[in-house]
Amino acid sequence: MKPLSPTKGPAPRSEQIILFRVSGQLFAVSSASVQEVRGVDSLSGVAKEISQPSLRKVKHVVRRGEYSVYVVNAAMHFGLPPVPPALVFVLRRTRTALLIDGIEKMTSMTRLQALPLAFCHEERIWYRGLTALDQTVVPVVKPDGFLTPEELFLLDASLSQEAEAKRAAERIAEDEPDTSIMQ
Amino acid sequence: MTVIAETDQQSFVLLRLGDRRFAVTATQIAELVAPSRIFRFPHHTTEVEGVMLRRGRIVPVCDVAERLIGKGLKSRRFYLIAQRRYGPQTEWVALPVTGDCELINTEMTLPSDTDAAHVAGWLSHAGDVIEVLNLAALTPGPTEAAPTPAPAQLQEARP
Repeated sequence: MKPLSPTKGPAPRSEQIILFRVSGQLFAVSSASVQEVRGVDSLSGVAKEISQPSLRKVKHVVRRGEYSVYVVNAAMHFGLPPVPPALVFVLRRTRTALLIDGIEKMTSMTRLQALPLAFCHEERIWYRGLTALDQTVVPVVKPDGFLTPEELFLLDASLSQEAEAKRAAERIAEDEPDTSIMQ
Repeated sequence: MTVIAETDQQSFVLLRLGDRRFAVTATQIAELVAPSRIFRFPHHTTEVEGVMLRRGRIVPVCDVAERLIGKGLKSRRFYLIAQRRYGPQTEWVALPVTGDCELINTEMTLPSDTDAAHVAGWLSHAGDVIEVLNLAALTPGPTEAAPTPAPAQLQEARP
């Protein structure tokens, strides 16, 4: 009879995450969700201002191919005190770029606990869940939780209106006779 | 020979919030723990103060004192960890308390129609009339939790 060999359970799957700070608060995002990390300075020149009074967390938009990517101020999104952001995450498979204070470190998590059901408001849209790292609990953000479909619709509508107003202004300018030559 | 009368006695844990005592059915109580670090992060559920780590689980901390005695707790001696039902699921919630807890066996009087939703019944104990708490009505949660195929407590991280 063969002695029973000690059985090893399957190694826990891990997920690479980026720990980042917003207004001093620590958050995590899956590394796979971050397409690019850029300095905020790199946005100047490419970002266009956008004004949607009901969405103060979005003040800029960047054109990427056929899509508009909206720049979300993470501190305003979470209702945290504003701090000048230093970095921007361009989030993969979303139309969101996220302004953050900085990256704490890259690490991995092996367990993601669903957000307890006691949390029953917008945070259910914001977070994939919570993870415990070094005896600290860190919320793991949902990349598509920064802008809801309704908010994207509002922003797109706002952009269309601005573009339409610009085209109308250009048409008026073209139609007006050039008085400087006539005089 | 001792004759044991058959009664409808149940076990309850008495908890203290300021000057008042409340009860929770003992079957709902997981443990009583000393205060530990509360982790806070942005959210909009005002009744939840934050979360604590307990036995590898992340447990929301709900201060129910504001609702029960009209003011939040300035000091807390323990956290009573109780099971809160959300439809078919149960999850732990930590309730801060200001004093020792006591286990008693007694009969519960059912609530009347005029009692608040958080009252699951009444106990008479040591000269006091004590509210038995309905945690499902007292602590926040979705109105109706959707059934989930797998336990929501601990999921393996999947990239």
